[in-house]
Amino acid sequence: MPHRKSLGLVWRRIPQRYRLMGTKCFTCGSHFFPPRPWCPKCRRKGKIEKHKMKGRGKIHSYTIVNVPQQGFDLEVPYILAIIELLEGPKLTAEITNTEPEHVSIGMPVKMVFRKISEDGDSGIIHYGYKFEPELKE
Amino acid sequence: MSVGIVGYGAYVPRYRIKVEEIAAIWGKNPEDYKKGLKVAEKSVPGVDEDAATIAVQCARNALDMTGIDPQNIGAVYVGSESHPYAVKPTGTIVAEAINATPELTSADYEFACKAGTAAMQVCMALVKSDMIEYGLAVGADTSQGRPGDALEYTAAAGGAAFLIGKDPLVEIEHTCSFTTDTPDFWRREGQEYPRHGARFTGEPAYFRHVISATKLLLDKTGTSINDYDFVVFHQPNGKFPLKAGKRLGIPPEKMLPGLLVNKIGNTYSGATPLGLAAILDQAEKGDRILATSFGSGAGSDSFALKVLKKIENPHPVKKYIENKKYLNYGEYVKHRRKIKM
Repeated sequence: MPHRKSLGLVWRRIPQRYRLMGTKCFTCGSHFFPPRPWCPKCRRKGKIEKHKMKGRGKIHSYTIVNVPQQGFDLEVPYILAIIELLEGPKLTAEITNTEPEHVSIGMPVKMVFRKISEDGDSGIIHYGYKFEPELKE
Repeated sequence: MSVGIVGYGAYVPRYRIKVEEIAAIWGKNPEDYKKGLKVAEKSVPGVDEDAATIAVQCARNALDMTGIDPQNIGAVYVGSESHPYAVKPTGTIVAEAINATPELTSADYEFACKAGTAAMQVCMALVKSDMIEYGLAVGADTSQGRPGDALEYTAAAGGAAFLIGKDPLVEIEHTCSFTTDTPDFWRREGQEYPRHGARFTGEPAYFRHVISATKLLLDKTGTSINDYDFVVFHQPNGKFPLKAGKRLGIPPEKMLPGLLVNKIGNTYSGATPLGLAAILDQAEKGDRILATSFGSGAGSDSFALKVLKKIENPHPVKKYIENKKYLNYGEYVKHRRKIKM
């Protein structure tokens, strides 16, 4: 049975999917996620290194998905948001552990490790980042 | 140099189902189960959660309170009876998610509900023998009961992780185990749900092993129940641990802080570790704790622990227990993927 997604591609993205590994330009201080291999501002003067994002940010914008793509039927309705990380980069991720009525723009969120999808019953399980509202201690 | 817990983290999923909701489906009287099992509700994982995601959350919470560089972790062991893969370790997923790879050893453990405490013993031995600096032991489960079976009222989800190292917050003064071949509960390869020996899970299984391991620990350490401020036993229901405690002369007030089963159900490999984490959340410097797990099949690991330092910045278990959303039975079967699509 063919794999739905290339194993090599999934494996290469583990550092960014599991622990938000991006890059940082130590010349200008810009952060990049997904990781960029070079800095578009500093170009050849840029000094790019791997950098793990803290996993905290706020909701920049969001939408509610009622008609899911294949494999996401159990989660409907789910919240898909653009998250602005503390470090600056914006990324698209699902908001989990809450309901659509509790979500708002500007809400502080925290990265959590969740199951994203599965290649059927016998294929590999894709894990990665989602975000949840910050829990009060 | 003493060895013990340098950091710990727990996690319980947000969803709950009440005993009444399950009993109504099967035409049973909920009061019989609430009285018989001493369980009011149980935790249910989210549709995007499994034993690996729970283990990662516990591990991250444990690391959060320590400031330890995960690259110094030399072993990651995850104990569970619901590992997401039959072949492919959960431990590597956890190690990668917390940035502990690649210089470490890892393996998954299975011993029904005591796989997490078995992982603690191995980490302790590796640290004590100077093979590793820190070891991470996790007990995490998303356990399943056959629909309609008595287990369905208690089989729950949750976990806890312990970072084991030298110069600890909580010293593990001693550990010992009591193990026999006792077929009280099992799941055959390829089977979705476990089977059990009903009443046979009591006397020859739970009570014999928990009581024997605890007595063995007291014997070996030359201590008595009076020397301990808190006691936690494996908690498949609310009745068994208190009954075992009564036989050992343990006052219930020493057990209640670690008794979570009435609010979250039996979290299997997570149960004793979660109870211990809840105790540590409120323990003070100098307190002594006795912990005995139980895994069907069967065995018990017993631990004598002493709090050496003030415990600061934990993610309290209470925070997760109180954050809850109730599901009806239909939503529950969707969460547990019991609907064939």
